[in-house]
Amino acid sequence: MTVPKKLVLIGNGMAGVRAIEHLLKLAPDTYEITIFGAEPHPNYNRIMLSTVLAGSTELKDIIINDWDWYKENNITLHTNQSIKKIDTQRKVVISESGIEAPYDEVVIATGSKAFMLPIPGADKEGVIAFRDIQDCEKMFSAAKSYKKAAVIGAGLLGLEAARGLLNLGMEVTVIHKHPYIMERQLDEAASLMLRKELETQGMKFLLSKHSASITGRGRVKELQFTDGSHLATDLIVMAVGIRPNVDLAKSSGIDYNNGILVDDFMNTNIPHVSALGECVEHRGVAYGLVAPLYEQGAVLAKRLAGVETAGYAGSVTSTKLKVSGVDVFSAGRFVETEGSRAMRIQDDVAGTYKKIVIRNGKLVGAVLFGDTADGASLFASIKSGESIEGREKELLLGISSDLLGKSGGGASRLENMPDDEIVCGCNGVTKGAIGDAVLNKGCHTFGELKACTKASASCGGCKADIEGLLHFYAGDKVGESAKEGICGCTSLGRDEIVEQIQSMRLMTVKEVMHVLDWNNKEGCSKCRPSLNYYLGMLFPEEYVDEKESRFTNERYHANIQKDGTYSVVPRIYGGVTTPADLIKIASVAEKFNVPLVKFTGGQRLDLFGVKKEDLPKMWEELEMASGHAYGKTLRTVKTCVGNTFCRFGTQDAMAMGIKMEKAFERLNAPAKFKLAVSGCPRNCAEATIKDLGVVAIDGAWEIHVGGNAGVKVRACDLLTTVKTEEEVMEWTSAYLQYYRETGQWNERTAHWIDRVGLDTVKKALEKQEDRLALMERVQKALSVTTDPWKEIVDNDELRKNFEPIAGPLPV
Amino acid sequence: MSKLLIGKLSDIDIRGSRTVRVKETEIALFRLEDGSVLAIENRCPHKGGLLSEGMVCGTVVHCPLHDWKVDLQSGLVKDPDDGCVMTFDTEIDPEDGAIYVTI
Repeated sequence: MTVPKKLVLIGNGMAGVRAIEHLLKLAPDTYEITIFGAEPHPNYNRIMLSTVLAGSTELKDIIINDWDWYKENNITLHTNQSIKKIDTQRKVVISESGIEAPYDEVVIATGSKAFMLPIPGADKEGVIAFRDIQDCEKMFSAAKSYKKAAVIGAGLLGLEAARGLLNLGMEVTVIHKHPYIMERQLDEAASLMLRKELETQGMKFLLSKHSASITGRGRVKELQFTDGSHLATDLIVMAVGIRPNVDLAKSSGIDYNNGILVDDFMNTNIPHVSALGECVEHRGVAYGLVAPLYEQGAVLAKRLAGVETAGYAGSVTSTKLKVSGVDVFSAGRFVETEGSRAMRIQDDVAGTYKKIVIRNGKLVGAVLFGDTADGASLFASIKSGESIEGREKELLLGISSDLLGKSGGGASRLENMPDDEIVCGCNGVTKGAIGDAVLNKGCHTFGELKACTKASASCGGCKADIEGLLHFYAGDKVGESAKEGICGCTSLGRDEIVEQIQSMRLMTVKEVMHVLDWNNKEGCSKCRPSLNYYLGMLFPEEYVDEKESRFTNERYHANIQKDGTYSVVPRIYGGVTTPADLIKIASVAEKFNVPLVKFTGGQRLDLFGVKKEDLPKMWEELEMASGHAYGKTLRTVKTCVGNTFCRFGTQDAMAMGIKMEKAFERLNAPAKFKLAVSGCPRNCAEATIKDLGVVAIDGAWEIHVGGNAGVKVRACDLLTTVKTEEEVMEWTSAYLQYYRETGQWNERTAHWIDRVGLDTVKKALEKQEDRLALMERVQKALSVTTDPWKEIVDNDELRKNFEPIAGPLPV
Repeated sequence: MSKLLIGKLSDIDIRGSRTVRVKETEIALFRLEDGSVLAIENRCPHKGGLLSEGMVCGTVVHCPLHDWKVDLQSGLVKDPDDGCVMTFDTEIDPEDGAIYVTI
């Protein structure tokens, strides 16, 4: 065994510890880790400090890694220890109190310091920053004995501090040198709306004011401005910005400018000394948002783990914030300049505002106020640099232009519907029950109605009718629906979640739920499997699949039946079998007394009524791969006999089908998907109602997509026609991967294509380079899959879960 | 009422479950993230689904058949459905991790 190398992390904050967590996953035993933190706390979520100040959470709620985490990972933690110097010659880190820690690798993650205005009196008692827990504590104690507070700086941090001080019962005045607040994140209109909202909450503002000096004997008494005016105050919070903390670089001979200078791999100019987070400057930029810091951490962790990685190339950032309960969002160049045009809607009644800025037919910036639901999609559009010509109104209004100007029409139908008619077929909810819930149980939003009656809670197909009935019964009383997220645990939609996971490189379901502030921290049976899928899709090689976040069927690799027994479907590639396999299946069925053997709709044999404890034993005897008849993955590739025997066949459909099934088996997807290959246009394999169907014509293959024969039949759309088998594989790979990357969890391709549009799919796959890139990604995802049946058969730890516990003993 | 030795903590995966039959009753044992073990009757009051096969979120198990939510501590079904299942007291020996259930 090799001796672990010594890794020292200076700074116990979000960026550094996050990188360590990542490193532990990639290379668990490579380093002996020591962490120095200047504060007396374990790693906490600095972003959430404002909620501590606002009183809605306590310190313990914002701890990210508790003391046990350090212990469990054998990390030596020194709290209350600032580092004085790194002796890069002797490779030793020296703390203020004299602790010396030798290192093989050292990482500087000392973050940033609050910038204090260098004005006379800034050192008086009662003048503080808003940066750490100690600052929060000072504000708490000031609020107990004093009345008046002033906050200098009306950026995000300043406004959060002001809001917190209001909550503590102080009179708060915010001073800002600009004529409007949060000018770095908002345009003038949105800024004004925010100011009005904050003023109604009790905040006072002094704008275009420059602070000159602070007076008072010992403690602050007055703040003087350059125009000669002044403000009486007992507490001053300076929130005028942060500066990278470069003290250590200064004392240790490491190059710095505004921040510690690093290359794309987080190396400083000294070997074995890396840096990341708010203390660094990368390609001239010092970041103060968490997402870029996490991206840097991922690169550093990989480098330290010896895993090959592309360098960090900088981040494009957007700002999505909640300021005193108001959602604001901005991205890109949101202030109009020459050559750009803007479109905006402002609704002072609802308190919403939206502006998009267009230049050369492309979206270059956006500001949202009050309702930020469209933020993620607008940001994606800005980053992609795609042309939005012809879709400008759609983007602004958030509605497809086809729907604009169309009237409802369904109202009278709903009105005439008898009370006992079932509106939601899945849960048997009648029109009368909806009426009762609205009129007598106080349900005034779609969400409340859904929670109360279960209407639209399963397949969601009746959503439009339920919403129609809500309006019919409630009329003007219809409440503003809380924005619907992927489930009741969050208000975030699929795209927002995926984007955040990606940019912050969140690595577990739990972490996503915490960082994205789930209102139900345990999640539910909807979001947990969704997140598990998205994480696996985004990080196929690093993410560790969580079987606890999968449904029964996917945990036991068989379909649970209503009586608690399971069904077993072995893989029969392309539906083509052999006498030997048939004999094997038959004898296993007999041996285990399988009560029903049936051919499935997808040309497979299904053995029903199997006891859970018999599953691994059957798999062991079958020695066949799992048919995955239970998962959100490739189910079957159905084939016709093709030109092998059929006189009409034009191509070898069976071989093509088998090739496809072997290529894509075990591939996780948003939902199950079924393929088929027909050898001629007579289409005996019914390929045109599959998620992807291939139909051979003389000398070519047609590729059809988005079909479904389920609840509502949807015939496929023709995607393309190609000449060779290789091209069939290329297009199929690209199509499946594009679906994997853009589909919502549990969304079949038929719904997906209707949602994103066939043209979007065609466009995404039109260039060969794009297809090959998608193909490479799907290959990566496939390369890490293994046959689950075999895995369980060979592993007693997994196998035990199929058996009841041996037996109770009286005590 | 009798106290039975059912097995040891390591028999159940964290966030996993195992079953045990005591005479006529099948009991589902769940090991939660905090290390505790909770025991309920393994039968959803809705259509008899095996709760041991459901997904556990916090202290709630989702029935695999129709997603009814049953609280493992109280045995009560969560809104908007209602009903309840039997719960059984559990004890874990901190020394050897033995699990005891009182029936």
